[in-house]
Amino acid sequence: MRKWNTVMLTTVVGMSLLAGCGGNNGGTEGASGAADAGQTASDNKQTSAPDGKKTELTFYYPIAVGGPLTATIEAMTQEFEAAHPDIKVTPVYTGSYADTAVKTQAGVQAKQPPDVAVLQSTELFSLLDMNAIIPLDDFVQKEGGEQYLSDFYPAFLANSQTEGHTYSIPFQRSTIVLYYNKDMFKEAGLDPEKGPENWEQLQEYAVKLNKDGRFGLEIPVTGFAYWMMQTFALQNGDNLMTSDGKKVMFDTPENVEGLQYWVDLAAKYKAIPEGATDWSTVPSDFLEGKTAMMYHTTGNLTNVKKNATFDFGVSFLPAKKQYGSPTGGGNFYIFKDISAEKQQAAWEFVKFMTECERAAQWSIDTGYIAVRKSAYETDQMKKYAEEFPAALVARDQLQYAAAELSTHNNGKVMKILSDSIQAALTGDLTPTEALKKAQGEADQALASFNK
Amino acid sequence: MSGNRWRTNGFAWLLLLPSLVILVMFTFYPIFLTLRLSLYQADLAVPEPIFTGLDNFRRLAADEVFWKVMSNNIWFALGTVPAGIALALLMAVSANKALRGKWLLRTAFFYPTLIPMIAVANIWLFIYTPEYGLFSRLLHAAGLSDLNWLGSPGLVQWAMIIMIIWKEAGYFMIFYLAGLQNIPKDLYEAAQMDGVGRVTVFRKITFPLLMPTTLFVSIVALTNAFKLVDHLMIMTRGGPNNASNLLLYYIYETAFSFWDQGMASALTVVMIGLLLLFAAFQFFGLDKRIHYN
Repeated sequence: MRKWNTVMLTTVVGMSLLAGCGGNNGGTEGASGAADAGQTASDNKQTSAPDGKKTELTFYYPIAVGGPLTATIEAMTQEFEAAHPDIKVTPVYTGSYADTAVKTQAGVQAKQPPDVAVLQSTELFSLLDMNAIIPLDDFVQKEGGEQYLSDFYPAFLANSQTEGHTYSIPFQRSTIVLYYNKDMFKEAGLDPEKGPENWEQLQEYAVKLNKDGRFGLEIPVTGFAYWMMQTFALQNGDNLMTSDGKKVMFDTPENVEGLQYWVDLAAKYKAIPEGATDWSTVPSDFLEGKTAMMYHTTGNLTNVKKNATFDFGVSFLPAKKQYGSPTGGGNFYIFKDISAEKQQAAWEFVKFMTECERAAQWSIDTGYIAVRKSAYETDQMKKYAEEFPAALVARDQLQYAAAELSTHNNGKVMKILSDSIQAALTGDLTPTEALKKAQGEADQALASFNK
Repeated sequence: MSGNRWRTNGFAWLLLLPSLVILVMFTFYPIFLTLRLSLYQADLAVPEPIFTGLDNFRRLAADEVFWKVMSNNIWFALGTVPAGIALALLMAVSANKALRGKWLLRTAFFYPTLIPMIAVANIWLFIYTPEYGLFSRLLHAAGLSDLNWLGSPGLVQWAMIIMIIWKEAGYFMIFYLAGLQNIPKDLYEAAQMDGVGRVTVFRKITFPLLMPTTLFVSIVALTNAFKLVDHLMIMTRGGPNNASNLLLYYIYETAFSFWDQGMASALTVVMIGLLLLFAAFQFFGLDKRIHYN
């Protein structure tokens, strides 16, 4: 383990010396970032911190996709410590996103928060209501303000910002994409180089690909029903909530149409499984050849790439009025009840972890989208994308992407919507009834935030 | 009161003290805090808890999900408790009787108890997977069509009940085995001399003399039915549409996903009330009607 980390460390340090961040549309950020990462790292190999006093940071992070990512995170942290000898970071793996949220918020209530954490981007309003995090505006301002932020994709920042403040920095971010089995496409007489482009085609393909012992398409329901519902909402019109997180628009005719389409795929066309399909079994089904297409996070791309025994393709989610997908995943937050010195150190850490080469490497290791535009100009990413063009699909889809469902009282609102969608998919309620019920309950859950 | 008595009592209290301290710290004090918090609005909408009296309970009474969870839990108890006990008794009697391979039988019956619930949930998640899970393969082999056990509201509770019976029966069997060993052999010898049939022996001797065990086991099974939560985390998260949601999981969701601590406390109070009710039923209702030797 130790040895492996050292190897990893030397390679990455070496790489950052060789390859600069290309593109450089942030102006200062790209070049200087690469330069001082390389320089300080090599300086600090010999020298340790002068007075031996270190700022210590506790860093909580979740892992939500397959693969040995704790090792990657730990290696990145060590690299950071090498570059900043006066800061010591203790990374703490805290389970799933939900587990991490529980641990963090329990810490906040006990006045012992972590110093910095990766949490779902949708936790923003809960963290604000708990008075747990600080705005990052001042730090951002020092890095060049708008110019610094402009290197991040706006669809990702949408979940970071509200009422003019930036509260988090995107880290492991995703959109939903369509994965499909090219061999099965050929067998069914479909063009294996192109996924379905719109809703009619998706339904047509799903029916064609459907046969005994295999589904044409799977869309996960348990766990992330609201997220999948957002795809249909965005493709057919608008997002499900306002950007201040105080109102939701669940029962619009467009959304009812979207949910009806989803329900029909199962009930009427029998092309997707009836009832609830589990989030984590969908990729296994795809890899086992039990489904020809799947809706899933791009965060699973590297996992699918490593384990697929067949030729697979990745494409945009099919469009109705337009293409569309919600973003997903986690951001860095810095906590309030810690010293200013720690907050400054935490910012250094956040900045370091999202620098363009690390963003690129992280994307290659996981399949998550690199959060910065300049990461796609690095040599390592260019080379990777050349060998594996599917790595760019989710990035390209970002121009049609929008914020993930995030409101005040978010846990409750998400559950209300997910439950209603499940009720529609299992045939307990019609899509109209289900969304109407969800709207009513969500209005109630948000009432105290609208006073 | 004499000094001697004081000394004896004092000594007894001293011996009890460590347990008492721990009990107060980790059981009574938290219960008290929960009771208090259940009277407050303590959620994300307010920075500091606000006293609202019984408002949380009023909201609970109007909460559709709460009633669904309660009825789920009652059905879950009805499904797991009698069947689990009956199966445990059956297994205990056969494990007690069998001469050869007794150890094998006992091990086979007991081993589900040894596996952690999380592992059990993962194993059964596979068993219930549509298309290639064990159950699906069996159904396919029998020429039947596939069932989405965990994804259908009508099936998911049954799936859970079957799994829990499998998991728990072995544990209850241990108590029955102990109970069976305690029944005096001469009763059976006498019955044999009189030429009493095996069914009658079970009905008139074995079963009545096992009543204390049955009572104990039924209380444990019933409280378990309201305490189980681990499997839901892994298998269904209470879904689809709360069809498999149980009280403790709903408390967890309310506390750690909605961050509504007042409401979670109110739910906990309901749960403590229920468990106290079961205990009272045992002490004042059933206990007197059972024959102990």
